[in-house]
Amino acid sequence: MTSPLEQKKIRITGPSVVTANRTHDGVVIYRTPQHGWSSRLADAAIVRTSDDARALLAEAVADDVGAIGAYIAPVAIKDNGEIAPGNLREHIRSEGLTIELPVPA
Amino acid sequence: MYAYDELDRTLLHERVEEFRDQVKRRLSGELTEDEFKILRLQNGVYLQLHAYMFRVAIPYGTLSTKQLRALAHVARRYDRGYGHFTTRQNIQFNWIKLAELPDALADLAEVGIHAMQTSGNNMRNVTSDQWAGVAPGEVEDPRIWSELLRQHTTLHPEFSFLPRKFKIAITASEHDRAAIKIHDIGLRLHKNADGETGFEVLVGGGLGRTPFIAKTIKPFVHGRDILSYVEAILRVYNQYGRRDNIYKARIKILVHELGIEKFGKEVEEEWQQLRDSALTLDDGAIEEVRSRFSYPAYEKLPHMPDELKQAAHDPLFERWRKNSVFPHKVQGYSIVTLSLKPVGGPPGDATAEQMDVIADLADRYSFGEIRVGHEQNLALPHVAKRDLPALWKALDKAGLATPNVNLVSDIIACPGLDYCSLANARSIPIAQELTRRFANHDTAGLIGRLHINISGCINACGHHHVGHIGILGVEKNGEEFYQITIGGRADEGAALGTLIGPSVPYGEVADVVEDIVEAYLALRYSPDELFIDTVKRLGVEPFKERVYATR
Amino acid sequence: MPLVKNGKIATDIYAHVADGAEIPADGAILVQAARFLDDPEALLRRPGKVGVVWPNNRDLDELVPYLDRLAAVALVFPSFRDGRAYSQARLLRERYRFQGELRATGQVLRDQFVFMLRAGFDALDVKKEKDADAFAETVKRYTVFYQPTGDGRTTALSRRTQLRHSESASP
Repeated sequence: MTSPLEQKKIRITGPSVVTANRTHDGVVIYRTPQHGWSSRLADAAIVRTSDDARALLAEAVADDVGAIGAYIAPVAIKDNGEIAPGNLREHIRSEGLTIELPVPA
Repeated sequence: MYAYDELDRTLLHERVEEFRDQVKRRLSGELTEDEFKILRLQNGVYLQLHAYMFRVAIPYGTLSTKQLRALAHVARRYDRGYGHFTTRQNIQFNWIKLAELPDALADLAEVGIHAMQTSGNNMRNVTSDQWAGVAPGEVEDPRIWSELLRQHTTLHPEFSFLPRKFKIAITASEHDRAAIKIHDIGLRLHKNADGETGFEVLVGGGLGRTPFIAKTIKPFVHGRDILSYVEAILRVYNQYGRRDNIYKARIKILVHELGIEKFGKEVEEEWQQLRDSALTLDDGAIEEVRSRFSYPAYEKLPHMPDELKQAAHDPLFERWRKNSVFPHKVQGYSIVTLSLKPVGGPPGDATAEQMDVIADLADRYSFGEIRVGHEQNLALPHVAKRDLPALWKALDKAGLATPNVNLVSDIIACPGLDYCSLANARSIPIAQELTRRFANHDTAGLIGRLHINISGCINACGHHHVGHIGILGVEKNGEEFYQITIGGRADEGAALGTLIGPSVPYGEVADVVEDIVEAYLALRYSPDELFIDTVKRLGVEPFKERVYATR
Repeated sequence: MPLVKNGKIATDIYAHVADGAEIPADGAILVQAARFLDDPEALLRRPGKVGVVWPNNRDLDELVPYLDRLAAVALVFPSFRDGRAYSQARLLRERYRFQGELRATGQVLRDQFVFMLRAGFDALDVKKEKDADAFAETVKRYTVFYQPTGDGRTTALSRRTQLRHSESASP
């Protein structure tokens, strides 16, 4: 769960996505194959090589107005093709807190 | 309470309008994120895992009921109905939308609250003793000086881009409730032989990756000179503090690398040039600020009113009173701590409804005033003793009368990996599990004073180094692990805890803490010997043996 | 990079002499600190104003002996996040009473204009055209100031004490 801020060299070891937060409201978003953003992990573009990851990240970072803090995050592809977050941090970002909110949504 | 005048209000509105313009330029793309980031941080806006987080200052921990209601309003209108009180007399909202922030700030400005410099490499919220002005034996009210410093440090033209953040705390009591020794500058108000007010100035304290306890740089700086002396420290720091490495940029590293004598000499030289300047506070200036603090018109009340005698038959009331009610400097009054640490709850969180209830109760029972302490609890500072039974009933109904103040389940915790983008591990679920393990308040009472502090990463927002038991979340091969220290403390005897052994996985933390507590119960000299004193007497070894014998 | 001087967009009269480049025989020049310190007397003797670009990590003591003969000092903000030049500016104006042009260079952005003016800068090499255009409007953002600096703006505290004084003096 190394902070993405420390993500210096880009080298991925498994399927990955590019994620960020939406500028105007901070919502978690994922870069899509259609060169846009989606708040659903299921819509994310999957990259499997470091070159592709770099390219997808560059494209995401270029959208400085729309998104902030873009970085590459690992995912796991389930047998049924479903995309799952690759670590606890991403799980929390995608699924929400592991605790109940003081005021139920 | 400090009352803002027209000038304070004008400045706040000007700041809000400036930020409104900055947000507008950011959303239109005129400002890049790189340029905007510092501007938003200077207004307390972070980006966290799920959303923006908005940190609002509660200078020296004093709130009026109007202000608390405004915080409840922000929680409701712009967030998800709750807020989180931090270890530095701030409140954080976790789900703010950037586009709505200027409006939230404008609403807060109406009641004299702001978020200026609650983040960024500038001078942060000036904090103080949450019992300031009401604690028995206090030298004088430190909030006068806190307010003078608040004004002086707000939008300072020279020190808004320091090497790193800079925190000042002030206490005027023998028992330090403001944790001044873990601040960049700690000020201990006292009087010299001539009865003049001044400060022992400490410098270079701080936690994080490289923790240090602050050292005394000058035993007495006269009150009139406090601004020029602080300015001298900051000028030396601004010029010589390291900017090449974020982990070495705090003043504590500069003080450590130069040594306190050399650093002190640099400051002294600078101060000699600065001391007789416009920064010198004459009596009129001090009086000006003092005059805008209002104090309650206390009644002459008996030490032991009938209401209290009668309520003493209720063991639940008595348990709460003995735990959460503290002596006040005026006879017939008490200071009441409101625990924000319910069993199973996230430490320091309060819902908008609770904030409104507290505001109503403060209007009825505490001259309209609320305090916020670094332990992430609130306090009503002026409660007439005769009102204690009625207050208790109302607090209990709102879930605010957990009788665990200063006990094992009164846990300080940062938001951790559930919210925070810097965290390596979760803090809140660990705290929640611990409060469940120690849910029996009678048992907790037998254990006595014991502070558990939890941080989800080395940045130490949960002050784990100075917890009697400190818990630090780390990451090992993608899993959450926790390092446990014991023997830390944040008060006048501030000390850093000692690691008791290898880190333990998430699922074992509560067991380990239970083992430590059991070891203490077996090892303590008598029931009067506090956990922290047993650790001091015996060292960590006996605890370590106990914890790791079976692991 | 537009220059804003004394509140207005102005023409930069100084030739910025790059390290190693020849020094023009006359006219105003702005030279780097090391170049200046190599032979300050020679530079100060030549016809034309001399300004020095002083880095933010170099002690001002070396510059102080020449201040009364310098027309300008340019301080540097390598990044707007690096605030060392604010201290240097205040020292030059308030301690060493430097009267010449005090110029901010580097990453000089709109949102720091007020701080810069308060610290004693009177000339700003503004990075963005748009920011320079917004100068007049930006510096009007604030009317209340808490700290006394050498810029002469009245602090909130002194306005208050004056007010109290006049109130108590009136019948």
